[in-house]
Amino acid sequence: MIEVQGLHKSFEGKAVLKNITTSFERGKTNLIIGQSGSGKTVFLKSLIGLITPEQGKIVYDGVCLLELERDEQRELRKAMGMVFQGSALFDSMTVEENVGFPLEMFTKLSKGEKKDRIDSVLQRVNLIDAHHKYPSEISGGMMKRVAIARAIVLNPKYLFCDEPNSGLDPKTAILIDNLIQEITQEYDITTLINTHDMNSVMEIGEKIVFLKEGELAWEGTKEEIFITDNQAVGDFVYASELFKNVRSVYIEKKNR
Amino acid sequence: MTYLANIGRYGLMLMEMFKKPTKWGVMKKLILKEIDELIFSSLGIIIFISFFIGGVVTIQTALNLTSPFLPKSLIGFATRQSVILEFAPTFTSIIMVGKVGSYITSSIGSMRVTEQIDALEVMGVNSLNYLIFPKLIAMLFYPFAIAISMYVGIFGGWSAAVFGGYAPTSEFIAGIQEDFVVFHVVYAFIKSLVFAMVIATLPAYHGYYLKGGALEVGKAATTSFIWTSVVLIILNYILTQLLLG
Ligand SMILES: Nc1ncnc2c1ncn2[C@@H]1O[C@H](COP(=O)(O)OP(=O)(O)O)[C@@H](O)[C@H]1O
Ligand SMILES: [Mg+2]
Repeated sequence: MIEVQGLHKSFEGKAVLKNITTSFERGKTNLIIGQSGSGKTVFLKSLIGLITPEQGKIVYDGVCLLELERDEQRELRKAMGMVFQGSALFDSMTVEENVGFPLEMFTKLSKGEKKDRIDSVLQRVNLIDAHHKYPSEISGGMMKRVAIARAIVLNPKYLFCDEPNSGLDPKTAILIDNLIQEITQEYDITTLINTHDMNSVMEIGEKIVFLKEGELAWEGTKEEIFITDNQAVGDFVYASELFKNVRSVYIEKKNR
Repeated sequence: MTYLANIGRYGLMLMEMFKKPTKWGVMKKLILKEIDELIFSSLGIIIFISFFIGGVVTIQTALNLTSPFLPKSLIGFATRQSVILEFAPTFTSIIMVGKVGSYITSSIGSMRVTEQIDALEVMGVNSLNYLIFPKLIAMLFYPFAIAISMYVGIFGGWSAAVFGGYAPTSEFIAGIQEDFVVFHVVYAFIKSLVFAMVIATLPAYHGYYLKGGALEVGKAATTSFIWTSVVLIILNYILTQLLLG
């Protein structure tokens, strides 16, 4: 469980996150949605401690992140995995070396044990024949899978994904979304996912936090998002004609 | 940001670099890779430049020594002094800022813009230690490269003297052995070591704190080249004044 209280961050006097209070439960896929520039990435990076907010509290299962020293923060981060928007794979390393990197850095596993662990997570993300390829030699969808494998290789308690399906075709995007949800449930992780994709919301939106210009404008579940009368949410969701139709079907079904 | 703020941040970066070291098994590999990348792969260009610069220094000196009363050994002497005191340590270092420095800025800078540095930090790795410390250690070997540069430079001078017909071997060799001051070599090595530390860290600073995208990586490499050269030139002046003045 991650609790956020009164989080505030500004850059050069311009507020990017305004007094955000919310919480994220374990074993659930928590979505942070909002337009480009609404502050999703800054929010995620603040939670991890890559960006230091001016005000607010971030509590990881009872541990206050911002009260920790820089080195203690780094210790806590070993329990976190992150999938970056552009995958952020180390381009000087092969797929196998990328996934094995956290093991290499932080464990005393033998060569064989490392190999087994790498094989098992790569299998978990359905990548079986790319061990020796470099990031520049694989597709965007495969890069995302490698990034997920690298993020979960140390069995994290918290998983953060910044737009995990941006730049992917719709089918691959849904596969990646489902993969993240399965992993979340299987390992009972607290997962946070940034997205501006309504398909993701429909697929895996167990809890949704809607950011608008740095403010928490609405929160709820994917069932609630279609019936809320919140104007800002409406503008975001029904920017697409398709979802206007989905909404009417949804409400109809509900009333029946 | 003001100059002062940048200098402060650079200092903090250097201190942070020594904290929470990467485990030795990993660090050892990184250092070896950097020695290969920064030192060995630069030897070719260093040797090439040193040889021809040494030759040019000799020709210039010879052409300026027109008086028949001056011994030809002066050509060897002047070549040795210029190569050891300035051309090997300083000129080579400026070339290295262009080669090694821009490589460091752009490789670290592109890791910044593609969030690879954030990825290291999320995993709990001290990215400054992981990325910059091995470069600093590798650059401790830089004085060896400068020693090679000195030899090759003087050899280039000798070649120019003999094959250009400016001085016979015996006189040239007598010249390079004349009034040899060991401290001049020490001075050159101290200089190269200081330059090496700057070349390892200042371009890294420019890459590490880069903001923006691919375009900024290119710009940062240029800015880094200019600032690192300026700093080397100023340090060269200060060290010369302190050690020889
Ligand atoms: N390091 C930074 N310096 C200044 N402004 C920033 C920085 N990072 C983000 N911003 C600004 O914060 C706002 C939110 O950005 P971001 O969190 O990346 O949006 P999103 O991820 O929702 O698309 C944007 O207006 C962006 O320009
Ligand atoms: Mg973003």
